[in-house]
Amino acid sequence: MALIVDKHRPRSLDALTYHDELSDRLRSLAQSGDFPHLLFYGPSGAGKKTRIVATLKELYGPGVEKIKIDARVFQTSSNRKLEFNIVASVYHLEITPSDVGNYDRVVIQDLLKEVAQTQQVDQSARQRFKVVVINEADHLTRDAQAALRRTMEKYSPNLRLILVGESTAGIISPIRSRCLLVRVARPTVGEVKGVLRGSCEREGWGVREGLLERVAKESGRNLRKALLILEAVYAQNEKVTDTTPIPPPDWEGLIEQIAQEIMAEHTPARILQVRSKLYDLLTHCIPPTTILKTLTFKLMPLIDDALKPEVIKWSAFYEHRIKTGTKVIFHLEAFVAKFMRILEMYLMSMDM
Amino acid sequence: MASFFDLKARKAAAANGVASKDNEKKDAENTRIQPWVEKYRPKTLSDVTAQDHTITVLQRTLQASNLPHMLFYGPPGTGKTSTILALAKELYGPELMKSRVLELNASDERGISIVREKVKDFARMQLTNVSSPAYKARYPCPPFKIIILDEADSMTQDAQSALRRTMETYSKITRFCLICNYVTRIIDPLASRCSKFRFKSLDQGNAKRRLEEIAEKERVGLEDGAVEGLIQCAEGDLRKAITYLQSAARLVGAVQPAGVDKGDGEDEMDVDKKAVSVKIVQDIAGVIPDETIQRLVKAMRPTTLGGNYTGIAKEVEDMVADGWSAGQVVNQLYQAVVYDETIEDAQKNKILMVFSEIDKRLVDGADEHLSILDLALRISGILGGR
Ligand SMILES: Nc1ncnc2c1ncn2[C@@H]1O[C@H](COP(=O)(O)OP(=O)(O)OP(=O)(O)O)[C@@H](O)[C@H]1O
Ligand SMILES: [Mg+2]
Repeated sequence: MALIVDKHRPRSLDALTYHDELSDRLRSLAQSGDFPHLLFYGPSGAGKKTRIVATLKELYGPGVEKIKIDARVFQTSSNRKLEFNIVASVYHLEITPSDVGNYDRVVIQDLLKEVAQTQQVDQSARQRFKVVVINEADHLTRDAQAALRRTMEKYSPNLRLILVGESTAGIISPIRSRCLLVRVARPTVGEVKGVLRGSCEREGWGVREGLLERVAKESGRNLRKALLILEAVYAQNEKVTDTTPIPPPDWEGLIEQIAQEIMAEHTPARILQVRSKLYDLLTHCIPPTTILKTLTFKLMPLIDDALKPEVIKWSAFYEHRIKTGTKVIFHLEAFVAKFMRILEMYLMSMDM
Repeated sequence: MASFFDLKARKAAAANGVASKDNEKKDAENTRIQPWVEKYRPKTLSDVTAQDHTITVLQRTLQASNLPHMLFYGPPGTGKTSTILALAKELYGPELMKSRVLELNASDERGISIVREKVKDFARMQLTNVSSPAYKARYPCPPFKIIILDEADSMTQDAQSALRRTMETYSKITRFCLICNYVTRIIDPLASRCSKFRFKSLDQGNAKRRLEEIAEKERVGLEDGAVEGLIQCAEGDLRKAITYLQSAARLVGAVQPAGVDKGDGEDEMDVDKKAVSVKIVQDIAGVIPDETIQRLVKAMRPTTLGGNYTGIAKEVEDMVADGWSAGQVVNQLYQAVVYDETIEDAQKNKILMVFSEIDKRLVDGADEHLSILDLALRISGILGGR
């Protein structure tokens, strides 16, 4: 059974329920014929992907929805074979080059040239060019991005790119200079509620405004998260009311526990205890940045306002180290130790 | 359903397409659906805007029919690739372009051996000549070939070293043109073999002229200040400015959709056309509205007991959820703080150091939410004298 996040996904620009101005803009671009390369950016759960699929449909018609998955093999210069999956319709294809890590350049080079040098199979296609959607574009290596530059210019009669990423920071300026940037904001709390309400109605669940409000707030305006929470609430409870509790995901519960533990006791022994929980989270593939951020924001309500800037400062400091260092656990632990020390000093100064 | 990768089918389709369609009509259509950056790529050297010094020198070499090895460097969208392509075209004309000019860019495999092989094969090919005297009168067709290594800064050091030898071996019959954004990424022995040409960010006057020219040809109305807005948002990158202009034009409906033939009915179209405004340009460029920045600045101002964490955290959270890029936030916050006369110089000095640190972190890929929150809290702390 499909989840409602997928089942209720709008399939055309008209069906999108928020950012109407943006939808209009995409529509006029799609209808114009001189569609530019696009770079979609915005936080996760803002609806970037849905919007892109809807734009493709506006460009080519319903044919783009008939997709299949191609497994392709690429060869690196050192003769290593790379397996790579491509989602494709007759008109477009979608790739996630960061799947092959540092070999992303090879895939980009080979694939885009091949696409650019062949024409549409469908003679009656509405556009002469084909679209290649590149996911996680902000994680492409510099080399792969460099490989895109001239390709984007040279093959522009046959090829348009839609790059997708959470932020534009990882994208080199010559690439940004070749794209039209499209920012997709998360929907407002009110807009999230609207989508949730629509899903409740379609599923025949009674609409509980109070619950929807809480789910929308809890999700931090992340629409995907909100829909998943809503479905979980209805799956886990026979009778849903405005006050039915919202179950946090397991990992969030665990981080909540860590927060409580480090508030309660500031000793080396406690750090040891916390370490095993941190390892636990990491082995369950929770990204280290998510762990650090969630922990930080769970600690915030538990401490005095005067301490908050200092704690944020160190949280940001160690998050940076996570990104530039190699041993993630060191930096997570260091943050815990630092936090305990800051708190201890503060409490001592209060006593005096 | 035909598969995307059914190459045979695609090639057959391509062949049919060429055979069955009226070529001329197709060409006309092509220019119409071309992105403006390509449509208005300078076709001749004199078409290139703003790089006066470079162009003068190149035109002189054109007359002398001799060229040194060259290194073009400068920021994106300033005309480097366009210039070399235009130069090559003026030297050889359309017929000889293919056999005399080799373009290798970062999308080509450029390992050491591959570059050497490709260059070797190309350099060795017999110099073809055209017989027609008229052609020769028009194009100098000097007796050497040009090898363009575009985006050379993405070549490895080793590949660059290997290139030295290759350049020397074939120096009689080839000229190299290296193009890059950062001249420091080109190894010294290579750079010193070339005449260097710096491409400057486009200045206000020249960029303005070019954009107005395009707007006129495309019949786009521009409100007062719109061009200045475009130039400011594009930061001297003409390609970016042209892309923004095109989408802004699309947005105000100033351009006819494809399929509608130019010609009749044009006058009617003119009537309900709106002009491109500064606001639309800024919107497209991802400039954060002033109110949003001011709200954050206000939250950062010192209150009685330093208790502004909640206010700042809320503003930052909203900005992150709205997807504003951290780089943009930092830029605009910087402008807002540095030009704020109510802030003392001593405080500004401290604040600048925080900006420096945060910028570095963002480049390293640090989390945008934490970085911006940290930045805002620290500035707030400095303003509050803490
Ligand atoms: N000096 C210029 N005069 C006229 N048009 C320009 C100039 N510079 C850039 N443009 C416009 O911008 C487009 C891109 O320019 P070009 O490809 O030459 O940039 P580049 O310097 O090679 O950039 P990159 O470093 O990103 O490769 C051109 O097609 C043209 O429309
Ligand atoms: Mg270039």
